[in-house]
Amino acid sequence: MTEITSSSAAVLAGLISSKQVSSVEITTAFLDRLEKLNPKTNSYLHFNRENSLAQAKKADQQLADGTAVSPLHGVPIAVKDNLTTTDAPTTAGSKILEGWVPQYDATVVRKLREASMPILGKTNLDEFAMGSSTEFSAYGPSRNPWDLSRIPGGSGGGSSSAIAGHLAPLAIGSDTGGSIRFPAAMTGSVGAKPTYGAVSRYGLIALASSLDQIGPVTNSVMDAAMLQDVIGGYDPRDSTSLPNSLGSMVQSVKEADVKGLRVGVIKQLSSDGFQPGVKACFDDTIEKLAAAGAEIIEVDCPSFEYAVAAYYLILPAEASSNLAKFDSVRFGLRVTPDGNPTIENVMAATREQGFGPEVKRRIILGTYALSSGHYDAYYGSAQKVRTLIQQDLAMAFTQADVLLTPTAPTTAFKIGEKVDDPLAMYLNDVATIPANLAGIPGISVPNGLASEDGLPSGLQILAPAMQDAQMYRVASIVEKLYMDQWGASLIARVPDLEAL
Amino acid sequence: MAKEQLMSYEDAIERFEVVIGLEVHVELNTVSKMFCGCANNFGSEPNTNVCPTCLGLPGSLPAVNRKAVESSIAIGLALDCQIASNGRFARKNYFYPDLAKNFQTSQFDEPIAFEGEISIELETGEVFMVPIERAHMEEDAGKLTHVGGATGRIQGAEYSLVDYNRAGVPLVEIVTKPIYGALDKAPELAATYVRAIRDIVKSMNVSDAKMERGNVRCDANVSLREKGAEKLGTRTETKNVNSLKSIENTVRYEIRRQAFILAAGGKIIQETRHWHEDRGHTSAGRPKSDADDYRYFPEPDLVPVQPSKEWIEEIRQTLSEKPALRRKRLQTAWGFADLEFRDVLNSDLLDEIEATVSAGASPQSARKWWTGELARLANAQQVAVQDLPITPEQVAAIQRLIDSGELTDRIARDVVAGVLAGEGEPAEVIESRGLKIVTDEGALIAAIDKALASQPDVMEKIRDGKLQAAGAVIGAVMQEMRGQADAARVRELILERAK
Repeated sequence: MTEITSSSAAVLAGLISSKQVSSVEITTAFLDRLEKLNPKTNSYLHFNRENSLAQAKKADQQLADGTAVSPLHGVPIAVKDNLTTTDAPTTAGSKILEGWVPQYDATVVRKLREASMPILGKTNLDEFAMGSSTEFSAYGPSRNPWDLSRIPGGSGGGSSSAIAGHLAPLAIGSDTGGSIRFPAAMTGSVGAKPTYGAVSRYGLIALASSLDQIGPVTNSVMDAAMLQDVIGGYDPRDSTSLPNSLGSMVQSVKEADVKGLRVGVIKQLSSDGFQPGVKACFDDTIEKLAAAGAEIIEVDCPSFEYAVAAYYLILPAEASSNLAKFDSVRFGLRVTPDGNPTIENVMAATREQGFGPEVKRRIILGTYALSSGHYDAYYGSAQKVRTLIQQDLAMAFTQADVLLTPTAPTTAFKIGEKVDDPLAMYLNDVATIPANLAGIPGISVPNGLASEDGLPSGLQILAPAMQDAQMYRVASIVEKLYMDQWGASLIARVPDLEAL
Repeated sequence: MAKEQLMSYEDAIERFEVVIGLEVHVELNTVSKMFCGCANNFGSEPNTNVCPTCLGLPGSLPAVNRKAVESSIAIGLALDCQIASNGRFARKNYFYPDLAKNFQTSQFDEPIAFEGEISIELETGEVFMVPIERAHMEEDAGKLTHVGGATGRIQGAEYSLVDYNRAGVPLVEIVTKPIYGALDKAPELAATYVRAIRDIVKSMNVSDAKMERGNVRCDANVSLREKGAEKLGTRTETKNVNSLKSIENTVRYEIRRQAFILAAGGKIIQETRHWHEDRGHTSAGRPKSDADDYRYFPEPDLVPVQPSKEWIEEIRQTLSEKPALRRKRLQTAWGFADLEFRDVLNSDLLDEIEATVSAGASPQSARKWWTGELARLANAQQVAVQDLPITPEQVAAIQRLIDSGELTDRIARDVVAGVLAGEGEPAEVIESRGLKIVTDEGALIAAIDKALASQPDVMEKIRDGKLQAAGAVIGAVMQEMRGQADAARVRELILERAK
């Protein structure tokens, strides 16, 4: 069964469609593995064998009936626990939603069901996706399969550790400031944040509505492209979703060719502040691309200096409003205080007990930033920075087809290392945040192991808005250059979890 | 609560200048809600017209109802407003259990319509131009019912029930600029303005416009300043005043209350107030200061509404006749005197009379029925005359029978009573109650002879030329015929007998 659980989704899809292996067999293999190993990685918050197998059985039946339609038909998948599912609890990593089973499926979940992809379970995350390590999950941190004492990145560390630990062949993440790409970099997996609006947010428990985007976490660029083709597209329920099609990502991966490619290196994100081993991996990638025939250009994005600061005003502002609905009135936790249980007191006690420290920190920050008298100085200024960053990127994309940066400043750090230092934690996302502020697509692909700690490093590829296909094309080029060197994917080198 | 002291209205007006500002909420009658597909339906079982979006469940998103935008633009155009080419929604953040998301999706600095005006004609014929600051789109909140406790308010209630059927129902809020110079007419102007708004949205059929159901609700802002003073006084805002009469009373009451306080050297507290129609006064609600902070910011879940010029023009073409123009046209066509017409307007009977005239009655007879007998009956039953179970067509049918001599006015009133009692169409009532006029002259003559026999001197008097003496005999005959005779014909017959 090892072969099945270490195969890419594309390979599994081929095995299923050619009827060599059934969806039930593949789903069973992953369920066996995750039931055994999830206690080590804490990747999943909820899973239900019977439920997953029922979906796999249905997929097999459709195949037998000749009614299978999706290229990923029958391939099981893990879903981040901030997407609503009618057949599994949805907690967003928070105590305030413990036990809540939604009355409706997120659009992405509906699309997975329509593609007959059995859902293996719901993956862990920092509470309401606020964090870069999963240490802020109310249900304990997930652990990095490369080293169980280290973080798998966040907020989507459940999905990234499930991919790297072969507890799922595919996973869904959400990315507000790097929550797909940063965990991918920490675990040597592939994580893509599509253009804002490329994937419907309906049913994604909102962190910051103008920044949130759902995307794939996978073993390979092809797998990510296949998954984006399944989950993408216009949704009338999400008025911010893009009305026009972005084309086929899979087609773009197949046509990958380095000829004539102009690669931009962002001055502000290529030198200072990166761990030497991470920087070395990045330089190596640039050399490989140049050697393969790409033109390398340095571009200047001076406003990036203010990106983290602007992000930590816009995000908390929107989050403070998005999280107001968690008030105990209609769903979730209700705490009735002793003494005088007025509605105000019940709301306050519920939120006091139901929210963790990082959520409270950001609600307070955001409430302050939106307050009258402070609005212009904080939220208003942050929106101006956002515009400047968009202008910087627009300028940079006149010079280069894609922009490259290291995905993260460091490799995976130890659990507990940064949890009491919010600023240090926030700076993990310094390279990923600009893409969210500008709404452009970004992907992280593994580009080696840092020499000093032997842990994975990630390369981020940014493309202009709506040119997700271009992003996948270049990601595929980079992946191929490394596959030629390594002979296998980086994830193949993850230690044997069963032995750990 | 101690009764508040008031200055006489005349003294208050003499000393202070009144400034009013009116916010009117209009509930649109779209089929579905503002941001989801749920039915916009009054009176359904609680919490049956709900979905993840209007319940504010985690993960749900709003999507704008195009028809609601169209209605909002139509209202803006009817108020001579400019229409925004880029109207953004904004979140108004505050915690309250009737608000599913604990923020209201509204519009803040980019309303769909702005800078308009409407001319309001008072009873005296005086015309005021009321300046409109804006008309913006927003969603209604759910409905709270507080159970237990003495006040029916949330404070002191044992528990509260929430019905989210109304949550997300589309509203248009129309806000005037401060209205100066109405002087003693301020209360009347306020009520007349709200009536004008109600008539407009009703005639455009964008709202059911039933004030008693809260389809049209008014918040009345009132402030006073010493005559000649530059600076505006502190205002109070009386919330959710739900009838035209109450609006007039509220404004009048606030003028008198504030005048008393100011004259005594006191200060007006900026607050929201509530009007109690039964007790005839307002009472203090929540203190409202400029420190109230709703933390407005652009709604990130919605793209801005960007109506094209073509669409706006299309909507403009469909605008119905403005109520003011319609009133002028009808008064001329019907030939009503100003006083008569004002009666009609004040009793809000324009639609009924127009329909009765369309069904064949003369304008004057239609007016007399609705403002006379029917208004009296409605008043006796304490219902709105419009809500009486009789249609304009039935009124017209009864009038036709009078005109053709088949009914007398008196019998016709019995027919109306029968229709109101649910006895069927006028013809059925006439049949079942036996209300036909007695036209059998033999029966009439027999009754006349009987009456003359008991009053032998009458014949003599008539022959002497004292025709009025016939009256006594007519009365006796009508009594004999139980009213179902044509008194004029009876008179003729008596005079014939006397020859």
